[in-house]
Amino acid sequence: MLLIACPWCGPRDEAEFHYGGQAHVAHPEDPAALSDEEWARYLFFRDNPKGLFAERWSHAAGCRRWFNAVRDTATNEIHAVYRAGEPRPVIT
Amino acid sequence: MTAESVAGSVAEFAIGRRSPAAAYAARFAAASAGGAIRLAEIPFLTHLNVRADPASPAAERIGAALGVPLPVEPGVVTEGGGLSVLWLGPDEWLVVGPDGAARELTERIRDAAAGEHVSVVDVSAQRTTLVVAGERARDVLAHGCALDLHPREFGPGRCAQTLLARTGVVLVAVEDGFHVLVRSSFAAYAAEWLLDASVEYRG
Ligand SMILES: [Zn+2]
Repeated sequence: MLLIACPWCGPRDEAEFHYGGQAHVAHPEDPAALSDEEWARYLFFRDNPKGLFAERWSHAAGCRRWFNAVRDTATNEIHAVYRAGEPRPVIT
Repeated sequence: MTAESVAGSVAEFAIGRRSPAAAYAARFAAASAGGAIRLAEIPFLTHLNVRADPASPAAERIGAALGVPLPVEPGVVTEGGGLSVLWLGPDEWLVVGPDGAARELTERIRDAAAGEHVSVVDVSAQRTTLVVAGERARDVLAHGCALDLHPREFGPGRCAQTLLARTGVVLVAVEDGFHVLVRSSFAAYAAEWLLDASVEYRG
């Protein structure tokens, strides 16, 4: 079980959260201009790194806000949490 | 059943309100007899969900109209004049008032919003309020809640939306214990769970 720090509520049990996949996937400026392949790439293709990964979480059983976290997919260690709209912090 | 008897039962239903945990009054009282733990329901409180930009003039005017500022710090409750305002999110609050106050409070908030982008919804029927009080209140809740409820972390004036026995609740710390705001459809489950968790503390 992970202890995840909601940027609003502080550390809470993993059971209070929903996972939202990769963060910072920008919606295309003009979807109609995309080819089917480009649209499919936006919809379905995601990074799958072993290591640091910026991803979205929702504090579903708490304040119900979406936020972002940088998690190491190999160790499950969460290196940073930040509010939606804030830039991805640089992890050294 | 005749049309008259159907109409009669509908009329009776409209007159007699029944709170979500009403059936537990006797068992709550029996569990509270020892004094170390006190369980009860506070039925029919007014609950208004308010959403507004916390930095907007409207948010300030709503606080002034209620006589209680909308708290901007996560997990904080502001109180005054028989009302409490619970922080639910960075732009969301629960205004708790006495039974029957929904209409007047809604109008007061709408007037204060004065056309700005604000939402006020009467959610009084969504949840009921269970009291878990007494010196062992924290021990009872700890059976099913992962939060640190010690007064140095979660004393009076604090609130949290969290899970209690896997059920979504709003926990509010009060002087002698806690208020557990639980959805009406989960009230019986929460009541059964609280009665079970409190067995060893009844004295
Ligand atoms: Zn939260």
